Amino acid sequence: MEDAARLLQLVVNGAAAGCIYGLIALGFVLIYKATEMVNFAQGDIMMLGGFVAYSAIAHWGVNYWVGGLIAIAATAAFGYALDAIVLRRVIGQPQFAVVMLTLGLGFIFRAAAGITWGYDSVGFDTPFTNKTVKLGGLILGDDNLSIIAGTVLLCGVLYLFFAKTRLGVAMQASSQNQLAAYYMGIPVRNVFSMIWAISAGVAAVAGILLSPVSMIDVNMGFLGIKAFAAAVIGGFGSIPGSVIGGVFVGIVEQLAGYYLPAGFQEVTSNIVLLGMLFIRPQGLFAERMGKRV
Amino acid sequence: MTEALLHVDAIETFYGPIQAIRGVSLEVAPHQIVTVLGANGAGKTTVLRTVSGILDPEAGKVVFEGKDIAHMAPDQVMRMGICHVPEGREVFPFLTVRENLMMGSYTRRDSDGIAKDLALCFRYFPRLEERQHQRAGLLSGGEQQMLAISRALMGKPKLLLLDEPSLGLSPILVQQIFEIIRRINQEQGVAILLVEQNAHIALKTADYGYVLEVGRIVAEDHCATLLGRDDIKEFYLGQKEAGVRGQRRWKKRRLWN
Repeated sequence: MEDAARLLQLVVNGAAAGCIYGLIALGFVLIYKATEMVNFAQGDIMMLGGFVAYSAIAHWGVNYWVGGLIAIAATAAFGYALDAIVLRRVIGQPQFAVVMLTLGLGFIFRAAAGITWGYDSVGFDTPFTNKTVKLGGLILGDDNLSIIAGTVLLCGVLYLFFAKTRLGVAMQASSQNQLAAYYMGIPVRNVFSMIWAISAGVAAVAGILLSPVSMIDVNMGFLGIKAFAAAVIGGFGSIPGSVIGGVFVGIVEQLAGYYLPAGFQEVTSNIVLLGMLFIRPQGLFAERMGKRV
Repeated sequence: MTEALLHVDAIETFYGPIQAIRGVSLEVAPHQIVTVLGANGAGKTTVLRTVSGILDPEAGKVVFEGKDIAHMAPDQVMRMGICHVPEGREVFPFLTVRENLMMGSYTRRDSDGIAKDLALCFRYFPRLEERQHQRAGLLSGGEQQMLAISRALMGKPKLLLLDEPSLGLSPILVQQIFEIIRRINQEQGVAILLVEQNAHIALKTADYGYVLEVGRIVAEDHCATLLGRDDIKEFYLGQKEAGVRGQRRWKKRRLWN
């Protein structure tokens, strides 16, 4: 009984960490599906979102929810501008140029954040910090539960947006056939910039949700590497796949941290990724129909 | 010809260093069907792409309703009232048939008009109504062509650009599609610029025709006249009369210049 409860606890904690990976992976996938660019600065955009929320909540003294919304909106606007001003220029260049550019942007963001907010870890009060819920024999942190709930909610909102709204369907259309989208009068470039905005906004949500669990600091963007594994496991191109891949990585990591010798926790995401590439290289949720060229 | 809806004036279009169009001029009057014939690589598709703004001409003008649209972005050209049905259909494979059609009306805000046009498309192509909740990628080639034409109609075009609607379709289906193209032109008053390799059906459908060869217009006339010309018959309709057989191609070509 004790063991079962412990296992469940680990799974919940792992799922919470995995949701964060999943949200960052979601950002990777959204941008990749639309523009076929891989944004290696995704984790650093999450870091920026976290710092903006910290500024709003801890310095300007606004309420957690308002501060969160400000951070999401500001980061989304930043994402839009990033595409409109910088990334749009490298469309059509070799994939390698995009990789170098986004890696470089990540360095710039880390440096800029260090100069602006300092290199120390910071945190702010949230309604979920240091609170727990008792469920039977289980003790679950509100912070972890808020991450899971927030992720589920956000995925629901995104699903409705992409499936039901005109702009959401136009985003799908633009990523499926860019030329035809132009023929329909869809302003494809702006639509792509809006996808960058959504993906940056999602990253900001991840940063805010993560803040009660781990402090915000300049290097938190390196979580993006694990999220990248999650995206590949999910099939790199599948939105539900990216979140499920993230949760999978998170849970395996927690279990490995508890049951395996020290040091394994950090490498499990990559071991899982390698295993996945051997067994099912197309990922868990690869699109069944090929893209028509 | 009365006041032209579309007036293409001596355009020259390049793909990088390669010149695909060497000074093409043509006109489309309101309510008219105009066809551009030509072999593979003659530049037919390039003409349409230049009109719809995917390619910008290096020289020449594209005037639509009195406005030069040669250097407009493709989504702006569409908003002017030119809808392009691209070669090879280019439907959105993962969207449903209905969503594809709604994308065609992306620029419109009049929900009543959109609903009316949706009903109209379903009247022209009942198959699409049956399959409206299926993914477009699962449709047959003919159904995808119907979808591509309907999707363009949803934009309420004044001018419809049709690129090879017969591509890869069975002869019966080609007949049906062209019959509907004719009906759309007559009933909705939409002008059509039609690019075709199937010269026979294109000349039967259209009012006026141009013959394009290696980036130049080499002949133009009313379709009825073109249908009767010996050179057109031989090179585009594959009909040879006894005695013409031995003649060399270049001799025939000379007749056009």
